[in-house]
Amino acid sequence: MATTYFTEDHEWIRVESGVATVGITDYAQEQLGDLVFVELPEAGRSLKKGDVAVVVESVKAASDVYAPADGEITEANAALSGDPALVNSAATGDGWLWKMKLADEGQLTGLMDEAGYKAHIG
Amino acid sequence: MTGEATKTLPLDDLHKQAGARFGGFAGWSMPLTYPAGVMKEHLHTREHAGLFDISHMKLFAVSGPQAAALLARTCPLDAAALKPSQSKYTFFLNEAAGIIDDLIVTRLGPERFMVVANAGNAEADEANLRTLGKDFDAVIEPLDRVFLAIQGPEAEDVLSKAGVDTGALTFMHGVEPRPGWFMSRSGYTGEDGFEIALPEGDARDLLAKLLSDERAMWIGLAARDSLRLEAGLCLHGQDITPEIDPVAAGLMWAIPKDLRSAGGFVGAEALRNAISKGADEKRVGLKPEGRQPVRAGTELTDEAGKPAGRVTSGGFGPSAAHPVAMGYVTAALAASGAKLFADVRGTKIPVGIHPLPFTPHRYRKG
Repeated sequence: MATTYFTEDHEWIRVESGVATVGITDYAQEQLGDLVFVELPEAGRSLKKGDVAVVVESVKAASDVYAPADGEITEANAALSGDPALVNSAATGDGWLWKMKLADEGQLTGLMDEAGYKAHIG
Repeated sequence: MTGEATKTLPLDDLHKQAGARFGGFAGWSMPLTYPAGVMKEHLHTREHAGLFDISHMKLFAVSGPQAAALLARTCPLDAAALKPSQSKYTFFLNEAAGIIDDLIVTRLGPERFMVVANAGNAEADEANLRTLGKDFDAVIEPLDRVFLAIQGPEAEDVLSKAGVDTGALTFMHGVEPRPGWFMSRSGYTGEDGFEIALPEGDARDLLAKLLSDERAMWIGLAARDSLRLEAGLCLHGQDITPEIDPVAAGLMWAIPKDLRSAGGFVGAEALRNAISKGADEKRVGLKPEGRQPVRAGTELTDEAGKPAGRVTSGGFGPSAAHPVAMGYVTAALAASGAKLFADVRGTKIPVGIHPLPFTPHRYRKG
């Protein structure tokens, strides 16, 4: 049974057996506009909570996406190198950004659930 | 912003109705994108007709017996030689020949001209005109108008269907077709198109007609920027500044040959020196390899890793379908077309010098 968390930085984190899949929310992709490039991380890279994991580039600007917790990247979404607009069309599905093995799932407690996030963005 | 209140466009309510997302630019709250998004807006303009609210830009009517003489003093421009309705791209220069602003000047009558200037420089431009204007018998009148641009291959037809006859107007010509109106065939997208300044009431009536035509749609500032960058056109404050002269900027085509040696405009002497010395750096088009955009402010190096210049505008070109940029590189490298590198967050991205524009201009020169 997967649990999905949301951050104030408009990321979603779906956790299943200690592995988190991370992406940006539909609200975030709307704010960014059409993405033209996603700078993906290498598998095996260790991240601390708050590190820049991915840079998403729209026509106009580059934006950082942060690691929501400590861990090690197990996979980046290779489909995005050919089709970065997947993040726009399916932000919470095929447009996921990376997967990571969490060092301590407990770091995610305190993040919002979907209802909390909806209230957050108003 | 430095504490000054952000200005709101006269047609702000229409942009809100259209679902625009707003952002600050040159002290104005501007529509950045509409629900279609920057990519679709950009491509729509190249294929059909894009409608831009450019009311943040400033118009100055300059009239009087010495109006032409004043403009020949403020700009490297032979204003007296302009034919009726002819427009010219020109600049206000400072004493060092640095570009205070880039402008379009149109002759509207024997003693009447229109100056169209950038929003961010409106105050500096007015001060410049008024200071130099003291010695001339000319009246400087800043105009409050709604200012619309309609750009793209279907712009002429859309306007005509909305009841605006563009007549015999060819590219870089402008007229005052109705009381309070100024209309020129020009723009900043590389496409054929028109810019129309008009009173707010007239603008609302015209827009109701224009927007009922499915070939026309609102285009935000984000696509305006990607369109002008693909067209190789400079954004003042980024690609040209008061510290850059027209020689380095590659804009000498805008200055008539006889004025380069004998012009009496402000900055003429500095410009002559710059011409004889040659520029240390030149503005060039830049094409990053791959898909990753290289943004303004990015430093460029040569193959040996030595500083070679910098990017002044950069993004993604929706029509070019690759990243596009422009910037300044050392004159020797600009001439050789050598491979350059941009440092983007620690990654060295190869960047080639590319001819401008990235997408061909499609002006209707008649």
